[in-house]
Amino acid sequence: MERREFLIKAGQATALVVATVATGFYFHNREIAGSDKIIFKTTGFEIPPDSTLPVIALARNEDHIAALHDSLEAVGWIGRFIKPGERVTIKPNIAWDRSPEQAADTNPYLVGEMVRLCIAAGAAEVIVTDNPCNDARRTFIRSGIKEQAEKAGARVILPQTEDFIMTDLKGELLTVWPVLKYFVETDRFINMPIVKQHSLSSCTIGMKNLYGILGGRRNQLHQKIDQSIVDLAAFIRPTLTVVDATHVLMRGGPQGGSPGDVKTVHTVICSTDQVAADARGCELLGLKPEHVGHIVLAQKSGLGQLDYRRAGYKEIV
Amino acid sequence: MTIKTAQNLRRISQIVFFLIFFWLILKTNFDVNLGMSESGEITLPYPVSIALELDPLVALGILLADGTIFKGLLWSLVVLIPTIFMGRIFCGWVCPLGSLNHWISEIPSERLGRKGKGKIDSNRYKKYQRIKYYLFFFFIAAALLGSLQLGLLDPLSLMARSIGTAVLPAIHTVADGLLLWIKSWGISPLGNLAQLIYDLASPILLTFRPAHFHAILTIGLFFIAILVMNRVFTRFWCRGICPLGAMLGIFSRYAIFGLEKDDKGCDGCNLCLLHCQGADGPDINSKWRQSECVVCLNCQAICPNNSLKFKFFPRLGKTEKSPAATQKVDITRRKVAVSVAAGLAMVPLYRTGDAYKVNSNPGLIRPPGAIPEKDFLSRCIRCGQCMRVCPNNALHPTFMESGAEGIWTPIMIPRIGYCEPTCTLCGQVCPTGAITELTVKEKVGDDKTRPVRVGTAFIDRGRCLPWGMTTPCIVCEEWCPTTPKAIYLEDEVTINGRDEVVPVKRPYVDPDRCTGCGACEYACPIINQPAIYVTSIGESRSVENQIILQRKGIDPGKQKG
Ligand code: SF4
Ligand code: SF4
Ligand code: SF4
Repeated sequence: MERREFLIKAGQATALVVATVATGFYFHNREIAGSDKIIFKTTGFEIPPDSTLPVIALARNEDHIAALHDSLEAVGWIGRFIKPGERVTIKPNIAWDRSPEQAADTNPYLVGEMVRLCIAAGAAEVIVTDNPCNDARRTFIRSGIKEQAEKAGARVILPQTEDFIMTDLKGELLTVWPVLKYFVETDRFINMPIVKQHSLSSCTIGMKNLYGILGGRRNQLHQKIDQSIVDLAAFIRPTLTVVDATHVLMRGGPQGGSPGDVKTVHTVICSTDQVAADARGCELLGLKPEHVGHIVLAQKSGLGQLDYRRAGYKEIV
Repeated sequence: MTIKTAQNLRRISQIVFFLIFFWLILKTNFDVNLGMSESGEITLPYPVSIALELDPLVALGILLADGTIFKGLLWSLVVLIPTIFMGRIFCGWVCPLGSLNHWISEIPSERLGRKGKGKIDSNRYKKYQRIKYYLFFFFIAAALLGSLQLGLLDPLSLMARSIGTAVLPAIHTVADGLLLWIKSWGISPLGNLAQLIYDLASPILLTFRPAHFHAILTIGLFFIAILVMNRVFTRFWCRGICPLGAMLGIFSRYAIFGLEKDDKGCDGCNLCLLHCQGADGPDINSKWRQSECVVCLNCQAICPNNSLKFKFFPRLGKTEKSPAATQKVDITRRKVAVSVAAGLAMVPLYRTGDAYKVNSNPGLIRPPGAIPEKDFLSRCIRCGQCMRVCPNNALHPTFMESGAEGIWTPIMIPRIGYCEPTCTLCGQVCPTGAITELTVKEKVGDDKTRPVRVGTAFIDRGRCLPWGMTTPCIVCEEWCPTTPKAIYLEDEVTINGRDEVVPVKRPYVDPDRCTGCGACEYACPIINQPAIYVTSIGESRSVENQIILQRKGIDPGKQKG
């Protein structure tokens, strides 16, 4: 072998050794890239209390938009909740592939009107979204919510896998869960549930509606349903809860399907206290709030007033 | 028109038809925008299965198997009639699998067998080209006995199935993986760019929810094998395997259009052979074979001496240098008889096996509206359109669940996806009527008519949380979509391992109401082997596969007569 050739060969071999060793060291014990980062954040979206106004107001009117206006007016109108330039996320119940008259999803016209009110109050952006049980394309469309909310100017988002971020809910039961980011990365949160019967939690109104902010295997939550609901309610405290009780699903909940199970009540409830909202709402199903596990537990955990009359209640009928 | 223009027209035609076919498969997808005011019916905006309805092999097969030509399939005459006059122009100009094979064969190779003399040799007519006729007669014979096996190898079904259940889902996986990987670099402009490209491409190429298919590997590998064989023999599939090609070859028997050779000008350069797609003997020393030629026009276009000419009423007789052309297919009666016999023997073999009747797999849950199993096997061409369109990823190609006879026919796997009560898409896209088209009303039923049932749910009490583990749950009841719910609950007070009193509600299934949609199985938190699961028993389409003596109401099938 020639000297020159030898030097070249030796040089190449050395370079390969150096490269191999360097690669080995570089990757040794590395943190795996792309592992989900976890966000620690409690999410209180409430506004300060105002002792001159009722905490909860119920309005009954065959004109459902008027019922919404009346009850909202009683708790201080939209300007109290939404300031110009704020981003708002509205969470209706859009869980099931059902049409509005089946009362499994929130009344689309109320959602549309709420969007309009927020925009009129100067909201920079209004997002309407939910993580449904059935296929999102179907539920958003058939519920009529996509159409009405978009017509009113909202951005309607059908959640995709990458829209969920791992979040520490710091709950008693619920710790790190994937949360739909639009519910935490926002300035104001309006919960817009519908009133329905539920076999395990007796009813699903406002706090139970918060299941929809989660991704992952939320079907495990039923094993300790009351605590799960309360954990969620403690994690995300809405600016305002607007309860759609225009149509109430008395049986066959939460999915319904038969118009025979639906009772028309023409009622809308606005509340700054989600426990009070649920307490009043469950009465429409013929329940007593002190018999509903998660409402009692929420009261005990200091999340709000079960005895809504004491909290400050107004009725416009 | 010069021959070069004609050749270019052929190239354009191949691209256009391929794109149309691909687009139709992309559109076999639930991306419908229905307003709330519309009725419950969701219909696809395009006739996405139209390409499959043009398939004469399918039409013939179903005619023999079932004694009927299903509605759209009459369109296959559009393919068949021109073939009778012009030969296999469908293969050379239209067929998407043919075009794909063509393009892959044309990629230059470095191997000796794939260039120059080696390639010329491989493009001579070979015995293996007869296999397709044997396969064709085998399938026809099987169809005569009511077993429609030809979907396995019919090129249009094969393309639709492979692209719909293997290629496109794999593209989805790759796209998602790439996006995540690029984003993990942490260079935000690059990540944003990747996201932008993804967002632009995804409405066209990707489904709303990434699909995961059972048995996708067998479908994918089969497809890859077909494509790879092109690197050994040009259009190996079209020359040797394709039963549709064989059928069209047989129908070219009396074609009035063909290749005329003029041996005076020919200097034996064999350029025609080098570029031949069909291995049909365009060169001067071979006899030209109408049934193998796909009319790609390459030979005429490359011939430097103008010795080859495609024309109407060509002179096919023997000349000084070249032997007479033939329009006959190169197979003997004896071999045809053997293929037919094999096909006839296969069906009793399939059906004597236990899978067909006496030991049918409990997981053999057919799509809603599927016709009775025997008829189903005489209709389904395994095109996978139903699997592709299902918005919930509920439908999957079988592997062995319906025995060897039913490989790649659809089953529902509720663990992966359940059947949405108001969806009727699979019946809409099925080109053969193996799944009947239902209206939502028919599917869901009412007081008088029973809903369409695909099976019945069973509770595994050992695995069910309230039954076996003193733990509240009832997710299945929550998800059950029938009204009233087919899952009902019983209150029970239990004592758990820590001596605590735990009130639970225990689920029961009412077999009269259950439609087998699988929503409960899908939602059950015992994810690896659900505590509630659906099996096919109770399915509307079967008289025998039933549990209870009598159900309320009339079955939709019976009602139609
Ligand atoms: S049942 Fe499915 S795979 Fe079979 S022919 Fe119909 S659409 Fe194609
Ligand atoms: S299986 Fe059910 S959900 Fe899937 S396409 Fe058919 S009807 Fe629709
Ligand atoms: S969802 Fe599963 S575990 Fe829960 S009650 Fe139903 S069968 Fe049992």
